[in-house]
Amino acid sequence: MTTRFTVNGKTVDVKAEPDTPLLWVIRDEVGLTGTKFGCGAALCGACTVHLDGSPIRSCITPVSAVAGKKVATIESLPHNNTHPLQKAWIAHDVPQCGYCQSGQLMSAAALLRSNKNPSDADIDAAMSGNICRCGTYGRIKAAIKTAAAEMRKA
Amino acid sequence: MSHHTPSESTSRQAASGVSRRGFLQTSAVASGGLMVGVNLAGLSAEALAAGTLHTPNAWVHISDDNTITLLSARSEMGQGVYTSMPMLIAEELNVDIRQIKVAIAPPNTKLYGNALLGGPQLTGGSSSVRDGWEKLRTAGAQVREMLLTAAADQWKVDRASLKAENGVVTGPNGKRATYGQLAAAASKLPVPEKVALKDPSAFRIVGKRTKRLDTPAKTNGTAEFGIDVTLPGMVYASLEQCPVIGGTVKSFDASKAKTMPGVIDVVQIPDGVAVVADTYWHAKKAREALSVTWDEGAGATLNDKAMLEGIRAGSPTDKVLPLKAVGDADAVIKAASTSGAKVVKAEYVMPLLSHSPLEPMNFTAHYHDGKVDLIGPTQWQDNAQGTVAKLLGVKPEDVSVKTTFLGGGFGRRIDIDFIIQAAQISKAVNKPVKLLWTREDDMTHDFYRPQSVHQMAAALGDDGKPTAMTFRMVSQSVTGRVFGLPLEAQDPLMTEAAIAGYEIPATKHDIVKHEAGMRVGYWRSVSHALNAFANEGFIDECAVAAGKDPYMYRMSLLTKQPRFANVLKMAAEKSGWGTPAPAGRFRGIALMEGYDTYMAQVAEISVKDGVPVVHKVTTVADLGRMVNPDTVEAQIQSSIIFGLTAALYGEINIDKGRVQQTNFNSYRMLRMNEAPAIDITLVQSNEKPGGIGEPATALIGPAVANALFAATGKRVRRMPFTAENIKTA
Repeated sequence: MTTRFTVNGKTVDVKAEPDTPLLWVIRDEVGLTGTKFGCGAALCGACTVHLDGSPIRSCITPVSAVAGKKVATIESLPHNNTHPLQKAWIAHDVPQCGYCQSGQLMSAAALLRSNKNPSDADIDAAMSGNICRCGTYGRIKAAIKTAAAEMRKA
Repeated sequence: MSHHTPSESTSRQAASGVSRRGFLQTSAVASGGLMVGVNLAGLSAEALAAGTLHTPNAWVHISDDNTITLLSARSEMGQGVYTSMPMLIAEELNVDIRQIKVAIAPPNTKLYGNALLGGPQLTGGSSSVRDGWEKLRTAGAQVREMLLTAAADQWKVDRASLKAENGVVTGPNGKRATYGQLAAAASKLPVPEKVALKDPSAFRIVGKRTKRLDTPAKTNGTAEFGIDVTLPGMVYASLEQCPVIGGTVKSFDASKAKTMPGVIDVVQIPDGVAVVADTYWHAKKAREALSVTWDEGAGATLNDKAMLEGIRAGSPTDKVLPLKAVGDADAVIKAASTSGAKVVKAEYVMPLLSHSPLEPMNFTAHYHDGKVDLIGPTQWQDNAQGTVAKLLGVKPEDVSVKTTFLGGGFGRRIDIDFIIQAAQISKAVNKPVKLLWTREDDMTHDFYRPQSVHQMAAALGDDGKPTAMTFRMVSQSVTGRVFGLPLEAQDPLMTEAAIAGYEIPATKHDIVKHEAGMRVGYWRSVSHALNAFANEGFIDECAVAAGKDPYMYRMSLLTKQPRFANVLKMAAEKSGWGTPAPAGRFRGIALMEGYDTYMAQVAEISVKDGVPVVHKVTTVADLGRMVNPDTVEAQIQSSIIFGLTAALYGEINIDKGRVQQTNFNSYRMLRMNEAPAIDITLVQSNEKPGGIGEPATALIGPAVANALFAATGKRVRRMPFTAENIKTA
């Protein structure tokens, strides 16, 4: 009774019950703890990962739903912080407590994959599912624009 | 904040450096401490692996390979102390802030206590920089001097011919040694009693915009929060607590839960019934299968509306604690009423609030061999150590505390209920345990910001200026619960910003403590938020009654208050006060001093569907000398969003003792699409540093309320600013 899918390009066979939320499988069984738990009800976005390239809330996604699919977590971004979003996050010193930032970055990465020149409204629409209790919204928005500009040049 | 702890006299003496020698002689303790200190992205472990670690004092560790580790004795909860604390040390030690490692200090009240808060090793009260300003620079300078002395002794040269720069001591004839090469010798020297500190004009690190040292770990998922801790053999716990805070277990049936997958044990602790399992999800699922009968206790009748009525009724009946009186304000107001002069009276009301940091409460504990290891996010290390030791019957020195990054604090993690619970569960199952609360646990078992009622009155003279003002605040004391402050004693954490800067000939300020029965806690900016809402709304009302512009009216009452007047004037200028606002936009202004920081804000709003939309917030802050101006701005931005979230949405309701809000759908958070543009101006000042982690939180509410009045003519004296509260205002 295992579920097979890929995490950040690596195939995993996990033994968690099929109804176990993907979040806890990623964190406790696969051992990737960058993805966070904030609400357990898809209200805060801290658990955002990509499923076949689209952002999902892993806290309410049963692992059975990702069988045979591709999951990408914050750890799919370069460890040395060379992704344009990570560079922009550092340039703007976005994080405060940092707890929501994995989810913020994954939501932003999904946005920039489809839209390399997002307007304020585009950013609001893509990012308003992600709560930042420290209130880093202004810096997140500025950093997304910086990253988008770099990606347009590339 | 100057409240007393039981050990205040001893700890304050040590922490304030009255006994500098004693302070430093005990520093050897800290070298062992570093080894248990949780590090920033594995840095202290690297430092330890790199070579012998020397401890020239409690704040600086230098290894033979010149790895320099600077300690933060304050928890990193977003406010940037893992950068600002080392910056203060590095300034005098003369090392590159990018070349050092940071580690968090272990619990040690004598070494790492917070003198500004009366001694405890506690992160809060916007105090880290203010407490560390001289202490940490002195620590850096002492180590620098010890390194220089070591080099002079070794090279047999005049000490005055040596320089300590960028981690290297240099001398005549090309003499050169890294701090690491000198550290062993330096650490054997006596610590200099008196050291010269740089004149601030010579600062090369302090006051410069500096990139946070913890950002890279927070952009690639490697920053370790409490929820991320793992220990060999660790199991997971989910704790069922009484839906009424303070209730206790009468009986429980775990037979079904025990048959669920992965369950290892079900144990009762004083706060409830814990399910322990091989994964978090197994523990949580099995917890849902528990059947618990509760003795709900005294809290079972609590209702927030009744509590508020009790607080309001408390004002004339409970003991009045005078704060300050000038002249006979009551008599002036009474005379004005009889003579037909203008009298303004108003009541301001604040609701209960939850902290709701994004990382739910959690801690990891391992009870073994009469010792306890505690790892996780806390704002109060020495209390965690001492209290767990007492409750588990072990010696304090046998309780280690490693502090991880905090996924938000805001005052919630000053309390240690979840740490005690983790330790008790670990002892019960004899295994390392990670206890993790759900969001619902977190929201329904908080230590809530107390409700408050402010009763305000003023008489206005012929020129419209107040001739007298009275201020009464009625609320529940947090300090009574946390520090055992007697009911009859004034609580300094209820009086913050109660006395505003305005020049009024007769004033009377008093406080009434009313025990509403709620479990209350310190919430970002504490009583500043309560008192500033009343004061800044009320002075606006006086301006309106006097027929004056709210900004000009305030200025006319600040003739001898240059720092207040300056920030107010600058905020007016920056916000375009006095010029027409864009169509449909309205402005409100507010002013406060808190944590030695002077601040003014102007909120620019429109009204849509009966509620305010905040477009722009202009803030001017004079907080004296700054350590990291970029962090200062970040904290102002953060505080405005935090305070605005409360002002627009925040309210916890209680019925039959049960908290009604359980998650972010019913306890709403401000989101990106609702976040205003924030324009910040920092006043360049040579005054002593002020705190900046909190004050802006308290100002945004009154600024928006005053803008709402400008927009609607409705004076909203009650948070949050919902359509209902505005309509009934």
